[in-house]
Amino acid sequence: MSGQDAFGFETRAIHAGARPDPVTGSRTVPIHQTTAYVFEDADQAASLFNLSTFGFIYSRLTNPTVSALEERVASLEGGRAAVAAASGHAAQFLAFFTLLEPGDEFLASRNLYGGSITQFTQSFPRLGWRGILVDPSRPENFRDALTPKCKAIFVESLANPGGVVVDLEAVAAIAHEAGIPLIVDNTLASPWLCRPFEWGADLVVHSTTKFLGGHGNSMGGVLVESGRFDWSKSGKFPSLTRPEPAYHGLNFYETFGDFGFTMKARAVALRDFGPSMAPMNAFLTITGIETLPLRMERHVANALEVARFLEAHPRVAWVSHAGLPSSPSHALGKKYLPRGCGGVFTFGVKGGHAAGVKLVEACQLFSHLANVGDTRSLILHPASTTHRQLDDAQRLAAGAGPDVVRLSVGLESAADLIRDLDRALAATA
Amino acid sequence: MLGEGPLFPRRWTVQDDLDYADGDLRRILGSAKVVAMVGASPKWNRPSHFVMKYLQAKGFRVIPVNPQNAGETILGETVHASLADVPVPVDVVDVFRNSEAAGPITDEAIAVKAKVVWLQLTVRNDAAAARAAAAGLQVVMNRCMKIEYGRLFGELGWAGVNTGIISSKRLKVNR
Repeated sequence: MSGQDAFGFETRAIHAGARPDPVTGSRTVPIHQTTAYVFEDADQAASLFNLSTFGFIYSRLTNPTVSALEERVASLEGGRAAVAAASGHAAQFLAFFTLLEPGDEFLASRNLYGGSITQFTQSFPRLGWRGILVDPSRPENFRDALTPKCKAIFVESLANPGGVVVDLEAVAAIAHEAGIPLIVDNTLASPWLCRPFEWGADLVVHSTTKFLGGHGNSMGGVLVESGRFDWSKSGKFPSLTRPEPAYHGLNFYETFGDFGFTMKARAVALRDFGPSMAPMNAFLTITGIETLPLRMERHVANALEVARFLEAHPRVAWVSHAGLPSSPSHALGKKYLPRGCGGVFTFGVKGGHAAGVKLVEACQLFSHLANVGDTRSLILHPASTTHRQLDDAQRLAAGAGPDVVRLSVGLESAADLIRDLDRALAATA
Repeated sequence: MLGEGPLFPRRWTVQDDLDYADGDLRRILGSAKVVAMVGASPKWNRPSHFVMKYLQAKGFRVIPVNPQNAGETILGETVHASLADVPVPVDVVDVFRNSEAAGPITDEAIAVKAKVVWLQLTVRNDAAAARAAAAGLQVVMNRCMKIEYGRLFGELGWAGVNTGIISSKRLKVNR
């Protein structure tokens, strides 16, 4: 038996990356609250800077607490290696900076977290990268949209906020035909509910701020590499497969093999742009992950109970939750998220914009804020908050029409959540 | 159930169909003293140079073998033209050449009575491996000595790499 393939998910959620400290025996991962690490001698220092030995230089690049989190998430996703970042947005930046040259393009599902759409279509173009949005409901739409400059396809496994499930296996096949990787944002599903690498994805990103951390107390992101994409085959990724001028002519793929992408993301993108995760945040996220399977089961059960209540409520026009038979994503949800379709979904309140605003203000237990994946239940009216700057047509396309309310169902007693929503819905009448 | 997607990874470390038991690799890397590195490069940014320097720091004697640089010195060691020219007994022959070239090198390793033939990442020659195994040598293919050493002795995880190792015991530093 060659190691970790013998251990189950719950065991790895607690133990992966976290052997007892060799010096002190500390059983939980110590918080290495340090910026830098003393070199043994000048030769070892040079070896560290050359990447010819493993070790710590400076916490912008690596930190022992953050490393433990990276290995744990790599293990849970079934991946080869991971690099953590200050936020999910930062992890996406590390992925694309490692893949793209100025002038390159990529395809992205149009059903994404709104912040990702803005990152891809407003800020990335200033770096010379063009994100092309595609309707993901037909996988063939991605093939039709491919251009010779496309270097990746990006989707969310379970889209925020609409509850749309993407056909990962079909989109991965289209990406691989084109010689490019499929990147999956697995934030809303978490690796307990969906593991994109098993369906052909090549890179996974997370906002660990959400379900992985799970307690609404720590910002963070992580980029995971499957270790199975051949970066040399298509000739489209010269900065990975040829001598890299940003690192003294090092060939990352040849030198580090199936974790060369992660090494380059760390040694170039993280080094030069600096969005590293804080050790304290890594510690809190590690602690959160230890209960991920238990929490996700309760998030799923509570969300489904709340969704069923809402679907039967006279003040509710529609509910979009892939766990409900009424959802167009129901069949894909059963395939890719067999343990349940997560804890975040949207519904439409009768009475439009004014009713939506009244509803969020009337809640006494659901917290009105812009986050998801907390132990606490959260509510948001996108049209009056996150999507306020868009016009009506843009809001509708983004799944943020005037009547749309987003819930992130927490771990409280389901009956209390239902009572809170019932009272608040009555206030919209 | 999860874990049944068509691409469910059977292995959590290097993604190929070669399965080397951690215990076997740990024994090789924990007991070998002399490594003959075929294809060792004098250029500091080549993978072979990385591995040689790393293994030296871990206490191995690494003897470079490379006909193009015979007689020169790499990291303090004289370069030999062939395995037959190496003046001391060799525990591991570590091969930084392509898969085809690894065939005759494996035969030389058998001839000099090496204990292990280790073919680096992307290098694989199943016929040569069968000959070496028949001659009583251990064979490792498509693995990096530095990466596997780091993985088994607690350093690879520092780079965020999935080592596949779960243990409630304090790590013992081996060398």
